[in-house]
Amino acid sequence: MITIDALTKSYGDHVVVRDVTLELPDAGVTSLIGPNGAGKSTLLSMISRILGADAGTVAVEGVDVFKAPSKEVAKKLSILRQDTHMTARITVRELVEFGRFPHSHGRLTDECRAAVASALDFCDLSDLADRPIHELSGGQRQRAYVAMVLAQDTRYVLLDEPLNNLDMVHATELMRLLRDLADNHGKSVVLVLHDINYASVYSDRIIAMRDAAVVQDGTPAEVMTPQALESVYGMAFRVHELDGDRVAAYFR
Amino acid sequence: MPRRERASAVVASVPATALDGDVAVPARPAHRRHLILFTILGLLLAGAIALFLTWGVDGHWDFALPRRLEQVAALAIVGIAIAVSTVVFQTLTQNRILTPSIMGFDALYVLLATTLVFVLGSATAEAINPLIMFALNAGLMMGAATLLYRWVLGGGERGLYTLILVGVIAGTFFGSLTSYMFRVMNPNEFDTLMDQLFASFNAIDTTLLGLGGALLLIGIVASFRMVPQLDVLALGRERAITLGLEYQRTVTILLVIVAGLVSVSTALVGPITFLGLLVANLAYQLTRTHRHTVNLIAAGLIAVVALILGQALLQHVLHYNGTLSAIINVVGGIYFIGLLIKEARA
Repeated sequence: MITIDALTKSYGDHVVVRDVTLELPDAGVTSLIGPNGAGKSTLLSMISRILGADAGTVAVEGVDVFKAPSKEVAKKLSILRQDTHMTARITVRELVEFGRFPHSHGRLTDECRAAVASALDFCDLSDLADRPIHELSGGQRQRAYVAMVLAQDTRYVLLDEPLNNLDMVHATELMRLLRDLADNHGKSVVLVLHDINYASVYSDRIIAMRDAAVVQDGTPAEVMTPQALESVYGMAFRVHELDGDRVAAYFR
Repeated sequence: MPRRERASAVVASVPATALDGDVAVPARPAHRRHLILFTILGLLLAGAIALFLTWGVDGHWDFALPRRLEQVAALAIVGIAIAVSTVVFQTLTQNRILTPSIMGFDALYVLLATTLVFVLGSATAEAINPLIMFALNAGLMMGAATLLYRWVLGGGERGLYTLILVGVIAGTFFGSLTSYMFRVMNPNEFDTLMDQLFASFNAIDTTLLGLGGALLLIGIVASFRMVPQLDVLALGRERAITLGLEYQRTVTILLVIVAGLVSVSTALVGPITFLGLLVANLAYQLTRTHRHTVNLIAAGLIAVVALILGQALLQHVLHYNGTLSAIINVVGGIYFIGLLIKEARA
């Protein structure tokens, strides 16, 4: 369980996250949705201690992420941010090996090597393992970063807009992979999504933010309604039932 | 950019064919390449030292050899200090353009040394053992530089151009303060300072060799102990934190190391702005790896070879018409502008 208590962050007069109190489950897929600037990514950054909070606390299984030793937190929680520029020239395998840093501190054990091999295998990267990451396509690179997070082997896996820049083939592939992680590997996956239909189809729980606060929180059936979605985005939605999934239409 | 990618694609195809299992991790071809590189650099170093020691001795071995050995030792200490501090600093700041010198570290050291003489007065400063004076300066430097640059670097979110601007301003500011103090100082103090400060490659301050060497050794050991953290830091601040690095503490430790190393090189030969930039980038291009063990060793070897060969050429070919720092600054300055233009286009 990740316990978020009265978390607040502002830049000058502009409040980005206002007094958010929330509990994130220790299993399943949880999606954070909401319009641009609602504070989703900021919230995720604070949960993962990349960004300090102005007020409030975050505890992962009772461990305060801001106060506990960073390595302690790194064994419980990992985050994949939007692909930022990396100057280091490294191969896929080396990148994934870095995922073991909290456990090995740079010296790989046999257990580490096994974890790296299985993470590469799980993300279907074994053939690309010795390619430098800057030569990969967007989808392959995203999988490499996911493999690194897997090698870190934390219960909680946070992802900030992982579908950015992926075509639907790679996006669906990645979402299936994340669902598999939650279902078969006991992980709690928390991700920021812009595509509400991916959130609807793949999540166990959807949390919607608007203007720095949480405005909807529930199962896809509860949040994927025209009224709830309109309260989040301020525009009209039509929600259809398709093969048991709720799909929102908002194109006209 | 496309050209570079094609070139590395060729390199990358080698390990792909050499690896067939996905569990067993054999010694990577890169390791062999690095061994070959170290061997070549080692041989170059041995050759450069032999050349430097024997060129134009004319039979006066007992006079020339000890003096030249001392010079070699000084050049080696300076080269390694600059190379290691630059590689560490560039990982810390996540770019390959900024160096401690460009960010004003050398200028800060000179300013602190000047202030110390100014405050103590020439009589006291003269009376103090030069080794203690150096230790005082280095201590002050490590404290002041760490505090100042901790603040300048902030949370690691400042852009490259902001940092360059801050560096240029800081360097000029420290330089102006120093020259202001020169002006208001009485001539005796100025004399003491000139003795202490204005070391150069042609007038290496050899009294500090022992203590400088010791401080360098501590710096090297500390840097190599930080290699796992440096490797992770090279992935970027956010990834490093995610992977459990205590970011603030690591940055502080690394800044102390950099400040100590800059103190050593500046005390021995004075500021040399662009040497670090040249050797660090040359090392990255030759090693093509993110691993700091490899990059630190390669940069150190390259720096020492470059300094010894440069000094030999200066003495025997140019007959001291010019200084090594001037040559390095011309070559390095052009390279720096080239890097900036490339960065602006990327």
